[in-house]
Amino acid sequence: MSNESCVADACNIELTPDLAMENPVMPFLRKERIPHIWCPGCGIGTTVNCFVRGLEESGLDLNNVAIVSGIGCTGRVAGYMNLDSFHTTHGRPIPFATGLKLANPKLKVVVYSGDGDLFAIGGNHFFHAARRNMDLMVVCVNNHTYGMTGGQVAPTTPRGATVSTMPFGNFEDSFNLPFIADACGAVYVARWTVYHVKQLARAMKEGLAKKGFVFIEAMAPCPTLYSRRNKLGDGVEQLKYFKEKSVVKHGASTKDVGLTFQGEIVVGKFVDRERQTWLDSMNEHFTGYFGDKYQRYGGNHVKD
Amino acid sequence: MAAVTPAKQARGTVFVRTEVCKGCSYCIDFCPSKCIEFSKDFNAKGYHFPVLTRPEDCSGCDLCGVYCPDFAIFGVRLKDLEKRIQAQRAEDKAA
Amino acid sequence: MDGDHAACEGALAAGCRFVAGYPITPSTEVVERFAQRIPLIGGMFIQMEDEIASSIAILGAAWAGKKVMTVTSGPGLSLMMEHIGYAAITETPCVFVDVQRGGPSTGLPTLPAQADMMQVRWGSHGDYEIIALSPNSPQECFDLMIKAFNLAEEYRVPVFFMMDEVVGHMTERVVIPEASAIEVMERRWTSKPPGEYKPYAADDDMVPEMVKAGDGYRIHITGLTHDERGYPAMNPPTQKRMMERLLGKIRNNREKLIDVRGEHLEDAEIVVVSFGITSRVSGPAIEEARKQGLKVGHLRMVIAWPFPASVIQQLALRVKAFVVPELNMGQMVLEVERAVAGKTRVISVPHPGGTVHEPQEILTKILEAAR
Ligand SMILES: Cc1ncc(C[n+]2csc(CCOP(=O)(O)OP(=O)(O)O)c2C)c(N)n1
Ligand code: SF4
Ligand SMILES: [Mg+2]
Repeated sequence: MSNESCVADACNIELTPDLAMENPVMPFLRKERIPHIWCPGCGIGTTVNCFVRGLEESGLDLNNVAIVSGIGCTGRVAGYMNLDSFHTTHGRPIPFATGLKLANPKLKVVVYSGDGDLFAIGGNHFFHAARRNMDLMVVCVNNHTYGMTGGQVAPTTPRGATVSTMPFGNFEDSFNLPFIADACGAVYVARWTVYHVKQLARAMKEGLAKKGFVFIEAMAPCPTLYSRRNKLGDGVEQLKYFKEKSVVKHGASTKDVGLTFQGEIVVGKFVDRERQTWLDSMNEHFTGYFGDKYQRYGGNHVKD
Repeated sequence: MAAVTPAKQARGTVFVRTEVCKGCSYCIDFCPSKCIEFSKDFNAKGYHFPVLTRPEDCSGCDLCGVYCPDFAIFGVRLKDLEKRIQAQRAEDKAA
Repeated sequence: MDGDHAACEGALAAGCRFVAGYPITPSTEVVERFAQRIPLIGGMFIQMEDEIASSIAILGAAWAGKKVMTVTSGPGLSLMMEHIGYAAITETPCVFVDVQRGGPSTGLPTLPAQADMMQVRWGSHGDYEIIALSPNSPQECFDLMIKAFNLAEEYRVPVFFMMDEVVGHMTERVVIPEASAIEVMERRWTSKPPGEYKPYAADDDMVPEMVKAGDGYRIHITGLTHDERGYPAMNPPTQKRMMERLLGKIRNNREKLIDVRGEHLEDAEIVVVSFGITSRVSGPAIEEARKQGLKVGHLRMVIAWPFPASVIQQLALRVKAFVVPELNMGQMVLEVERAVAGKTRVISVPHPGGTVHEPQEILTKILEAAR
C-alpha cells in the first residue's frame, strides 16, 4: 500500500499516501507475489483480471474455489491466485482437478492453463474430462505457442506462423479448440480475446455458474516470442488485431470457428447446453441399481 | 463548437502503482475517453508509466484496470471514491 | 482369498476411499474389487484414461482430504514416474501398488517378476526418498497394505506396494481382524488456524502438518522448489533446505523403518536375503541345506526401501556369504553388495522372470557359498 503512488488528483479529496487505494483485484491475488513474472504486454494478466471480475460477481465463497494449473507461463496463474491453488505437472491439471473435484464435490474447481499444456501433452485428458462432463471450468489462454520454453510450435500455432521449431514457417494445421470441446461434449464453450475484456469477464462468470464441463478459450498475445518473431509488433498491436479482425457470432457452429494466421477471429458463446455430469450420472445410476442401500456420494473427508 | 462547450467536470480518476507498470500501453490505447498518456519519467525498472493527462475526461469506468496485465492501474468513479476510501480504511484497520 | 483381493481389502481397512486406475494385467483385479466394493462403503473409484491421469488424479484427491491409491504393473508404472516425483516434492500421502510382471516393455504380461525394484526407487528424476513394501502372501497383502497407508500418512511420501503376479493370484486363507483391532494412522491435520499455518513448515520430525482444499487455508502447492509457504523460490539455499527435509525425513528414520524377518540367523554362516515371492521359494532351499548340515539363515526384507543396510552390515561381520535370489537379473543384490562393502562374499541368484526360482537353483548357490 505505502509504495503505491497516487497519480490521480482530479478530485477535491486530498489523497495522502495512506489514502492510496488498493487495486480491487488485490484481495483475489497473493499480494506478496506481485509483481508477477509475465513479460511486458503479455496478455495472461489481463485474462486474470477478467477471471477475478467473474469470480467477484459469481458470489461464490472463495474458500470453496480451487484453481489448478499445469506448467507454462499460463501455468503460473494458480500461484498468483489467493485461492486453494495447485501448480501441477505439464499437461496434467485436468486429471489432478478431476481427483480434487471427485474427492470433494463441494469445491468449485477451475483449471487455468496454456494451449500447449491443455491440447498437446494434455490433450487426452481434455477429451475425456469433456466426454465425462466432469464439473470443471477449463480456461485456456491461447497464445499460439509455448511461451515458457521459448516459443516453439504448439498444436494451436496457425499454419504460416514462424516459431522457433518451425523456423521456416509452420506447415502443420492447427486445432480449432472450441470445435474439439464441443465434439467431446462440453456444456459451455466460448472464445474471447483479451481485447474483449468485458465479454471475457462475463464468460468467466457464466462459466463459474454453470455445472459441467465448461471451456473458455482466451486468446492472448505473447509479444516476447510469438508476436516479435512474426513481426506483429508488441502486445498492444496484437490487441488491435484482435479488435479489428474479430466478429461476434454467438451460437456459431464450432466447426466454422477455426483460426488462421492473422485472419478473422470468430468470438462469442458457441455452446450452452445441459448434460448430466459424471458425478450425477454415477449417483443416479447407483441409486437405481442399489436402491436404498446406496447413499448419494457427496465426498466425506478423512476427518469427518 | 469547442469554444462554447462548458469546462467538463471529471467523473472519475485513476490510481497507478507506478513501480509494477511494465509500460505495455494497454490502458492508454484502450481508454475509451483517451485521457491517459505515458509519463515523461521512468519507473525504477525503466518503463514509462501512465498518467492521467486529461482528468476532466475520465469517467472512472475502470476499463484500464481490467486491461492492465500488471495490476498497476485502476479507475474509480468519483461518486464511489469516498465510499471506497472509507471501506479501505476500515479494512486496513481490521488487518 | 487371493492376494489382489486381500490388497484391496487391506486398503479399505486402512481408510482408502479414493482409487483411480487404468487396467493392466496382472493388477486389474485389485481395482475391479475396489469398484465392486466402494459404492456401498462410500468412496470413489474412477477408471481414468491412462496411468498418467490415474497417478495425478489420486494426488488431487489426497489434497481434498482422501486416502488414495492407484494400482498398476510395469508399463503403467513407467508412465507414472513424473507423478512419483510430484508426490515426493509436494509431500502428498499416497500408495502405488505395483503388481510386477516380466519386462522390459510389454514383456510377460501374465507372468511374474520382481524387476521394478530399482525403478520405484530411482525411476523419477531428481533426488527423493520413497518407502517400498514386499508382501509374500495374501495375508500380508492385507496386513502390510494397512502398514503402507499408515507410513504414507506418517511420512508424507509415496509408498510402493511391490506385489508380483504370483502373490497377486495366490489363494490362501486371509484372517481379517475386527476393525477396532486395526491400527490406522490418520492424516497429520494441522491445529493451526489460517494465517499461522505454513504448508511446508516442519518441526524436528521434518514432516509438515497438512490441510485440505476447501478449509479456508488458501494453500499453494507446486512442484517447483518452494519455501515454507509453498511459494516457488528457485534458488540454491531454498533447494538445499527443501531437499534436506525431503530426504532427511526418511533417511533419519531408516532404523525405525527397518522391517525384516529373520530365521536361523543366530548360528548362520550363510544368509539368504530375499523379499516378496522369492522368500517363499527360498524356504525349502534353506531347509534342505540345513538338513545337509549347513548353517544357513534367512533374512527377508518386508520393507525393501529404505534398504535395511545396517542389518546387512552387522551380519557381514560374522557370516561367510550372502546369497541373494530375486526375480530379476540382479537389482537388490547391488544394495547388499553396497552394504557388505567387500567384507564377505555376495552371491547373486538372478532369474529373468516368467516363473519363480526352482528351490534347487537357490540351493546350488548356497552350496557354492559353503565351499
Ligand atoms: C513433461 C514436460 N515436458 C516438457 C516440459 C517443458 N515445458 C514447460 S512449459 C511448456 C509449454 C507451455 O506452453 P503452453 O501450455 O502453451 O503455456 P504458455 O507458456 O504458452 O502459457 C513445456 C513444453 C515440462 N515442464 N514437462
Ligand atoms: S513468454 Fe510470452 S506468454 Fe510467457 S510471459 Fe512472456 S509474453 Fe507472456
Ligand atoms: Mg501457450
